[in-house]
Order: sequence, then C-alpha cells, then structure tokens
Amino acid sequence: MTKQEKYNLAKWAISHALENGAQQVSVSISNSRSSSVEVREEKIDKLEQAIQSNLSIQLFVDKKYSSHSTNRLKKEELAGFIEEAIAGTRYLSEDEFRTLPDPELYYKGNGQDLKTLDTGFDTYDPQRKIDLAFQAEKEVRGKDERIISVSASYYDGMNERVMVTSNGFEGDMANSYYGLHAQVSVKGGDARPEASWSENAIFYEKLKKAGIGQKALERALKKIGQEKVESGKMDMIVENRMISRLFGPLISALNGSAIQQKNSFLVDRLGEKVFSEKLTVTDDPFIIFGRGSRLFDGEGLATKKRLVFENGVVRNYYIDTYYGKKLKMEPTGGSNTNLVFKTGGKDLDGLVSTVEKGILVTGFNGGNCNGSTGDFSYGIEGFFIEKGQLKQPVSEMNITGNMKELWSNIGEIGNDVNENSSWLTPSVLFSGVDFSGA
Amino acid sequence: MGTDRRSFIKLGGTAVAGGMLLPPFLQSCQNVQISGNVKSYLDHFEVSAEMLQKVIAAAMSKGGDYADLFFEHKKSNSLGLEDGKVNRAYSNIGFGVGIRVLKGDQTGFAYSETVTPDALVNAAKLAANIANSKNGFSPVGLNEKVPAGYYNISRKWEDISVEDKVPFVQKMNDKVFALDEKVIKVNAFLSDQTSYVLFYNSEGRLTYDYRPMISFGTVCIMQKDERVENAYVARSFRRGFEWLSDGLVDELAHEAVDQANLLFEATKPKAGEMPVVMGAGGSGILLHEAIGHTFEADFNRKGTSIFSDKMGKKVAESFVNIIDDGTLENNRGSINIDDEGNDVQKTYLVKDGVLNSYIHDRISAKYYGVEPTGNGRRESFRSIPLPRMRATYMETGPHTKDDIVSNVDYGVYVDNFSNGEVKIGAGDFTFFVKSGYLIEKGKLTRPIKDINIIGNGPQALADITMVANDYRIDNGTWTCGKDGQSVPVTCGLPTVLVKKLTVGGSV
Repeated sequence: MTKQEKYNLAKWAISHALENGAQQVSVSISNSRSSSVEVREEKIDKLEQAIQSNLSIQLFVDKKYSSHSTNRLKKEELAGFIEEAIAGTRYLSEDEFRTLPDPELYYKGNGQDLKTLDTGFDTYDPQRKIDLAFQAEKEVRGKDERIISVSASYYDGMNERVMVTSNGFEGDMANSYYGLHAQVSVKGGDARPEASWSENAIFYEKLKKAGIGQKALERALKKIGQEKVESGKMDMIVENRMISRLFGPLISALNGSAIQQKNSFLVDRLGEKVFSEKLTVTDDPFIIFGRGSRLFDGEGLATKKRLVFENGVVRNYYIDTYYGKKLKMEPTGGSNTNLVFKTGGKDLDGLVSTVEKGILVTGFNGGNCNGSTGDFSYGIEGFFIEKGQLKQPVSEMNITGNMKELWSNIGEIGNDVNENSSWLTPSVLFSGVDFSGA
Repeated sequence: MGTDRRSFIKLGGTAVAGGMLLPPFLQSCQNVQISGNVKSYLDHFEVSAEMLQKVIAAAMSKGGDYADLFFEHKKSNSLGLEDGKVNRAYSNIGFGVGIRVLKGDQTGFAYSETVTPDALVNAAKLAANIANSKNGFSPVGLNEKVPAGYYNISRKWEDISVEDKVPFVQKMNDKVFALDEKVIKVNAFLSDQTSYVLFYNSEGRLTYDYRPMISFGTVCIMQKDERVENAYVARSFRRGFEWLSDGLVDELAHEAVDQANLLFEATKPKAGEMPVVMGAGGSGILLHEAIGHTFEADFNRKGTSIFSDKMGKKVAESFVNIIDDGTLENNRGSINIDDEGNDVQKTYLVKDGVLNSYIHDRISAKYYGVEPTGNGRRESFRSIPLPRMRATYMETGPHTKDDIVSNVDYGVYVDNFSNGEVKIGAGDFTFFVKSGYLIEKGKLTRPIKDINIIGNGPQALADITMVANDYRIDNGTWTCGKDGQSVPVTCGLPTVLVKKLTVGGSV
C-alpha cells in the first residue's frame, strides 16, 4: 500500500466509525517488510521473508472505549469489523477519562528529518546480504578446536505507518533496520558455554559488517571454566549492553499507568531525590540517526526533549492523555524515546581497574523486579575482579536487593556508551551489592 | 533473531491492563460456519484442494525435499477492568498462511496475509529458494486426517457476546475488594481466543484444528501502612464459556488476596546454597527450565545443549519420571495436531531416571531417525515451527510432602513463581520466586518473596532426592518464549526436594 492509500483507507475507516455511532476515532495503518538469513556449517539454515499489514482502530463510543486491530484490510470486511466493534463497545462501562488528545498538543508537521529511514532499502544486493552472514560465520569456523557450533544471521526490515484521528491529527513515520548476529558454542568440560554478538544500524552503509563472529567467539572462550564464588557483599560493574536489565525497572516505574495504579516504587516521588546524584538521564527524541527518534508519539502528541533523572532527582513521569486525566497531570508522552546518560570519565577497563573485589556482570539469567516495591533478584554471569584485574569467569550466582538502594549506590558511570540501542547506556559501577553463590 | 536466552513468563503485574493480552469481541470476519470436516476449513480459508496442490508444487519447484502450508485464522478478544469498571476492550484478527520448504535440515519460509492463488504461489516461490535445483515434482494426493479431540467444548467463544462476559470481570473486582480492606486497586481481565488451522503438506496430509483458549484473572494491589504489594492470579484452559462460574471468581479472588497478604510478612532468606523444596503444581517451572528446554532437539542436533550426549544415560534417581504431554484434556498446552500436522503424544523425557526422548520437530526427528513427538509448534502462521514443550510434568513418587519438609534443617519451600530462564549450553537455569517460606528445623516458618533461584540442569536433576505423591498441574497463564516466538504451555510437579540450589537473598 502506498502512503496515500493508507491515508485514504484510514480516513474512510474514521468516517465509517463516525457514521456508525462513534464520537471519536483514531486509526493507524502500517505495513512492514522483513527478511532474514541464518547460516550454519557453510550452508543457509533458514531463509525467511515477510510482508505484513495491520490496521488498528481506537473507538470512543458514548464515553466508552475499545481498541481493535486486524490484518484483513479489504473495505467490505473492515466495514463489518468496525460495526461489530462499535456494537460490542456499547456493553462496556463509561469511562469519563477517555478522549482523544487535546489537538493543541498534536505534532503539526514540518519537523526535521531524523534519519530513521534508509530510502535505499530496496536497492541492496540480496546476495551481498547473505554473504555478510557467511562472512561472520567464517570469522569463527575452524579458529579454535573447542568450537561446537557457529551460526550467524543477517536481517533487515522496514516499517511504514500512517496515523489519522477524527480531531485533526495526520502523520506518518517510517524506519528501517539492518543487523548482523553471530552465536558460538564451545566445549569446556561438561558445559557448552555459548555467547553471541550483534550489531545493528538504521542505514545499510552504517552497519558494522566485520568482527561480529570474532567477538562472539572471544566472549564464548572467555566463559570456559565458569564457577561460582562465595556469597558476599561486593562491588558490581554491569557492562553497557546489559545494564538495561537493571535500568528498565526504573523506566517502568515512571509509567503513568503504574503510577496511577499504585504499582510503582516511584509513586509521589516526582521532584524528589531518590537515586545517586551521579544519575542524570535525558529523554531526547530528536537525535539524528537515533533508534528511538520520533516527532510524535503513539497518540500523535508532539515529542519534547525532557529530563528524566537529574542528579538523582525524579524529573519525569511518562504520562499519556488517559492517565494524565486520571492523575490530573499534563501528558508528557506515554513512552520513552532515546535515553541519554550523563557519562563519567572511564571506559570499562578503567572501571575494572578501580575495583578491589567485585564482579563484572556480562550477562543476566532470569530474575525479576517487583514493580510495587523495587525488590529485585537476578541470575548473573561474568567475571570475578580482584585488585583491579579480571580473574575467573563466574556463573550460577544471583544478585538481590532493592532498586532504590542499588541506584543510590552508584560508584561511577562509565563513558563507553552502547550505540546499538535507543537506550544509550554506558557501563555502570555499583558498590555493596548482595551476591549469592557458593 | 537468535538469542541465547529461553524465557518463560506468566503474564503478570500490570501488563494485563495493556495490550499484551488480546482477547474478544469479534464474532467473525468470514461468514462460514465451521464444522468438524476438512471441507468446511477449505471453505473458511476460501481455498480448494486443487489450489493447495498447485501451491505445494510451486513450493517444491526448486528441488525441495518437503513443503507444508499452515493456514491460520486467529480471533482474540479481551476485556479489562480498572478502577472498578469494565471499561476497556481489545480485539485482534490475524489471518494468513505460512509456507515452508525443507531441503535436508535447511528451511525456506515465507507467508502471505492474502489467500489469492497469485499471492500463495508467489510466497511459495520465495520459500522454494532454499533449494536451488530443477527437480521435477509430481503432484501429491489428498490424505485427509481427522485430528484428535483433546479439547471439546460446548459454548464457543465466537457465540458469546461482550454482554455475557462483562459480569464475570466485574464480579472479580467486587469480590477482591470485599475480601480485604487493605485492597487499594484491582485489575481484572478475561481473554478468549479462537484459532482455525488448516494444514497440507507435500506428503499429501490434509488436516485441521479448532483451538479455543480462555484466560481469566486478576491483579490485586494492597497497602499496609507505607508498604504496597501486588499479587497476580489467573487460570487458563482450552475451554468454552461454560467454564466460567461464580465459584471460579471466588477461588481466584481468595487466592489473590491471600497471596498479597503473605507478602507483607515476608523476609529474605540468607544468600547462598541450600536445600529447596518445590511445592506441588507451579514448581513444574523447574522441569521446564532445568530440563525441558535443554531437551529440545534443535539444540541437541547442533550439539549446543548440555544434554547433547546423554541420551539413554541415567540422569536422575530411578523414581523420577518426566513427561511432556500434548494430550491432557482441555489443557492450555494441549494441541490436537502439532503445527506440522503431526499427531501429538504423551512423551517420556525421563523414564525411571534414564533420559528417554528429546522434544522433536520434523527436522530433528528426521535427523535422529525417530518418529516426530508432536512438539513442532509455532506462534502463528508468520513463524517457523520449532521443537517446543506442551504440558511438562513429573509423575508422583514414593514420598510425602511432610517427609520432605521435615527432612530439611535450613532451606526454602517455594510454590509461587513469575518467570524463569535457561542458558542451554551451560545448563544454568533460574526461576523467580514471588513467594514461599523459609524452612527451619523441618518446619515452614516465615514467608519469603522476590528472590531468584539458580542452578545447573544436569546437577539439579541428579539432586532430586525425594518426590512426593501429590502431583498437580498448574493451570496458570504460562507462556514460553523461544527465538522470539511465544506459545502457551503448562507445567506440573509433585512436592520435590532438590538437595542444593543457589538462592538469592541477603548477605
């Protein structure tokens, strides 16, 4: 479907819903294309291609609300779908807080190009893409006798979306992605440790294409001989690509729904210092080439750059129109975009060199965080650190604590930002973490 | 893309209030009444047998060894309650066909969301590219296979209106609030799903399945002084509307309030290694993580599982019998045919302590020269089938729960979980304990909560030293994730003693 066809269909769906009893309607139509190839043992193991379409519609009928989606986009079928959805909505209870956003807050167009779409998406040679996966595999095959299995994948895709609301919003967005991934298993005693590495990019030309297999192999070999160490309170460094597992619960706790439903450990903490003053994070939707960059959010609200945490003070809740009305607060956008950390002066090696006794966490294994209280416990693997040096690989250990305490005990924030994600996270050193092991 | 984590989650917390659960509303998008024969499924998907044969021929046109077509029409509806009212509903329709071509153990896959002859043939040609010769392919016949009937229901969700479902969700809210004045918020949901599946392959097998599913539950949030705690409780089955009752509402509401209450008293155990008693029921998560995933034959075929060289070997005490079963009546993990059209079995993974079978899909069964076990499953027509679990449980053993608990001097008793995970190669698995109890001098004493437990699969299996006679399946909303695909499963266990695991806690 072309962009214009999507706009036309969205407007038709809105009219049809309004004619059949809805007072307000929001429609979003998307299509996406993706492909992937996985190689093993110098052969293609899996080749996948996909084209997908979706229409989703939010209905506001006599103060009642429902939301629906379908991939059956023929008008004849959509008509019945919308009529049935409206009829069903009438059986729900009224909800005075449900409305479309205030049109004043909508994105009005003419934003800058955030470079989220590679317009050359269809022009790259498919054989070259398959060769990239073979190349990543070749970097590993035969390089060490302990290797059991190597697989490498290339994948790419693009999404295009158009959104229209009955009170005046019209907008479209598109993004593309390309990625390479390698996974290596090695034999070490009875265990078969595995490790993976990946790189991704929004533009094909920017994708890092070499060294991925090699990095996965290095990481796998370093895991041989993993053993738990004795339980104790120790320093902990979490690698930049892994820290999101511990940072995620802080962002979830800022969610308007969690705040309003009292299911967050940050209820009533806006403006208060809860965490270490070393924690400063900004939500910046306007980073060029940013993986989370966008001009408007899922409701059509214009995005803004916002402070999330400032020197440990909570500065933002993520509030959409609905929870804004329930909480009597201004909407700030219901979800995060790019998260930018204020960084410190050291890279990962620099952080390790400062630790007398501790653990560098390079991977998590299960675990969870209680959103109401911030109590957490996670399985970890990584390396024991002694006198500033990495020692034996460790695994089968847990860390346990509370998010408020953990993020109050930041020793140092690194400067080694991971650019493969919309969360631009550095490695972080924490002090006094409870490890359980032998 | 490939990931080294296999995760297992119970949909929990506030997620249920959002779009994660997609349950219903819409009666149909096609006006064909489905009955139990293949003709009605062909009509439903607006295809003919001749057309299927033509598409298979296109899929095999480049020399593939095997091809299959998986048509699916899934309708999901969900009702949600927040702040005292059933004030939101969600629905989703997914319709399409996945086309897969195998050449040896190589897979080509494409799907189409439209079922016109051109669209199907085009998708088939894309999938065919995995092979690259010009083999002739002779058309195959139609070998109709009537599927098993593991989940007969009397009142189909498609015939039930929103009006009929709303009162149950409302009653859940009212009941939870009535039970305890500490309750400050209640979320409740009711999600139903109906899938139609039509399957045809290059061996001529033509079969179909009708798959109903219902999930019903609540999140209860309670406050005592400054402290807030939450509990999530739900049940899920392949059952119809007849399953809902006021008794069920009562049972779930009591469970939620009791669980949340327990948390206010809870403490943390000492960090470190200790005996762990797994309570009957949801503790089956131990089998799912410690054993189930590492028995999936795709990992073993590639040599990447820690169990890769253990077939036929003794891996546990002789009273340990572990099963993966797709045939339990109305169970969330049951399927009448798997997503590769195969019959489904009750499969002994460990029999009398000996590793007896892996969990197979078509590719791995062929690799190992065994019959498929009916474990080839996929999230939807958009995904490739993989070896996946169904209901995974352990049979009863010779001990009693009291024997087991009184055997432990200091340890933990755990029976309520939210999620788990495993590293296939290292064999390290974890599960997160929402609540349980300390065991001190052979007695359950203080409650514990929010701790992760970690162990190593082969070691933990060998360390199961006692198994009680109280086997029970847990019918929660268990969902298993692998390679980005989610499938519904269940698990079960009698009370079991694991001699030593590493328990998260305070130092």
